[in-house]
Amino acid sequence: MDTNHIDWKKYLIVFLFTMTLFLSASYVSNYFSNKKVDQLKLIQDKISIDILSSETQFSLLSELSCKNISDSVFSGELSELGNKLEWGQQNLGTTDTVSYLKKYYSLLEIKDYLLNKKISERCQTKSAFILYFYTTALNCSECERESVALSALRDKYPELRVYSFDYNVDLSAVKAMIQIYKIQDTKLPALVVDDNVLTGFHGIDELETIVKQSFKLQEIKPVDTIKSIKTTTNKAL
Amino acid sequence: MASISNVIFYILTFLSVYVQVFFLITFLENRKKIIIRKGPIKLIKYPKVTVIVPCWNEEKTIYKTVRSLLNLNYPKDKLKIFLIDDGSTDKTWDVIQRFSKYSNIKIFRKENGGKYTALNLGLESVETDFLGCLDADSEADPESLTRIMSYFEKDKNIMAVSPSIIAINSKNMVQNAQKVEYDMSVYTKKMLGFLGAIHVTPGPLTIFRKKVFDDLGPYRHAHNTEDMEIAFRMQKNHYKIEQCNDAYIYTNTPTTIKKLYKQRLRWIYGSINNMIDYRKIILKKKYGNFSLFTVPYNVLSIIAVGFLFGKMFYSFGKFLFFKILEFRDIGFNFNSSIKNFDPFFINTQSLFFIGITLYLLVVLSIIIGRKISEGKWNFSFNIFYFFIIFSIVGPFWLLKAVFNTILSRKPAWR
Repeated sequence: MDTNHIDWKKYLIVFLFTMTLFLSASYVSNYFSNKKVDQLKLIQDKISIDILSSETQFSLLSELSCKNISDSVFSGELSELGNKLEWGQQNLGTTDTVSYLKKYYSLLEIKDYLLNKKISERCQTKSAFILYFYTTALNCSECERESVALSALRDKYPELRVYSFDYNVDLSAVKAMIQIYKIQDTKLPALVVDDNVLTGFHGIDELETIVKQSFKLQEIKPVDTIKSIKTTTNKAL
Repeated sequence: MASISNVIFYILTFLSVYVQVFFLITFLENRKKIIIRKGPIKLIKYPKVTVIVPCWNEEKTIYKTVRSLLNLNYPKDKLKIFLIDDGSTDKTWDVIQRFSKYSNIKIFRKENGGKYTALNLGLESVETDFLGCLDADSEADPESLTRIMSYFEKDKNIMAVSPSIIAINSKNMVQNAQKVEYDMSVYTKKMLGFLGAIHVTPGPLTIFRKKVFDDLGPYRHAHNTEDMEIAFRMQKNHYKIEQCNDAYIYTNTPTTIKKLYKQRLRWIYGSINNMIDYRKIILKKKYGNFSLFTVPYNVLSIIAVGFLFGKMFYSFGKFLFFKILEFRDIGFNFNSSIKNFDPFFINTQSLFFIGITLYLLVVLSIIIGRKISEGKWNFSFNIFYFFIIFSIVGPFWLLKAVFNTILSRKPAWR
């Protein structure tokens, strides 16, 4: 009887065929991943040029007028890139390239932050800034919640700029910020608003009050400065 | 933790694709051997056959079942029918009695003892060289028996031949889903037949040589799946089982999810426990493809479904948890996810493509199943019902069967 006949060659052929299917799937997947990485690079280059151009524009025009200062980079674009990078890090196979892009992104964020802060101070545009530190290394469920709350807040206040930084990103500029604000990895998520550090999860209502306060401060600031100028002149008199 | 789960997931997916490719290559190798006969055929000799119909509370379907046997295109003097009432509490016995006037029908009545006891009672009285069983919820196609017997005629080594089971009277989504599954099993059974590795000789009209029972003994309780146990026993003893793809037995399928759940729980429980009982023949070269392919792939499907369900349950739970938290934190925020849709976020991981390939292979097996049973190439939208019902409810009967196995086996370990 041939019931116990085993065709080993067939077992091998099926294995090779299955292997080929897996390799093809991996090839197709890589192809799309590379496309996506290219797309990320393209967005990043565009943002980089935008920032550089804004900086140059700012340097050229700062002496003259604030009217001509255009919005440097649309904060939406920067955050979109951030989302894509975050997703890419989890879902694309090429983590090395993505983490390199992420470093670059963090740098762009810092540049955008510094530039916009300067513009806002000098030209008194209505704006608020939140520096947000999170981690992907540890399972930080509060970070995920905070991210959602922040994007909802950003949707509500277009003048609000949120800069997200991965605590573990290997970039000296980010490390410097971590040192400046004394952020600890055990107290993540951490938020920096107007030089105040908030740790742990903060709900949208709480953040909204803080952001509104930040807007108010700006409105008060010029008055304050006028007052202070007046007082100093009075004193002098 | 996540990476270990990913590795297991990869391995299980690889093995699942392997199984489907194995079937497909077997099909491509043997496709010319698959014949679908349209009209009546003639045999050189018509051996005597006994068909045992065990019934328990089948008053609604038994009449049609017996009529279908009487309508078989097989010489009347060569066909004996045993109707065995296994202690029915409805009017089954009354219906059966109406057939007592037929010279080739013998009726029996006994106290309820389970299907295998009814079959064994019939076996004791069998005098023919061939015998089979027909479940009282099924009907035989007039040509089915002749076509089955033609397999015995062409190969003396064949010890049992099972037919293609077609689901009939499918009126709702649950039944349409099962119809698709039956089509698929025609394909897998036929391929397993080519591999000499069939693991079940189903109740609806599998015909055996009497020698099988003479040599190996009668049916056993076998966790209520005596039709699977006898196939395992035959494989253990190198008895050849074939599948006759153009012999049709029409069967009524459970009408509700609850009934389907009960039926499948019994099947899977029986499958798991028969595999445990016959664990010594797993992965042994001398038992052929049955031991190296069929049983491992059945074990694999149980593990894979269990694992996948666990993984999906975990992911879904996590997703729901975050959605609840999100709702609490920022309120209902449905718009943002739609507004932010970007093709960039479409999953392009290799497992995604492999998943699609696996689904396509399953769809292909359903289409081929229909082709080799009914001779038609067509695509039915019932496939979607199949995927929905079997992927949602399937894991529950499977896990319950595993759970029951663990509980029932506990005392035996002490």
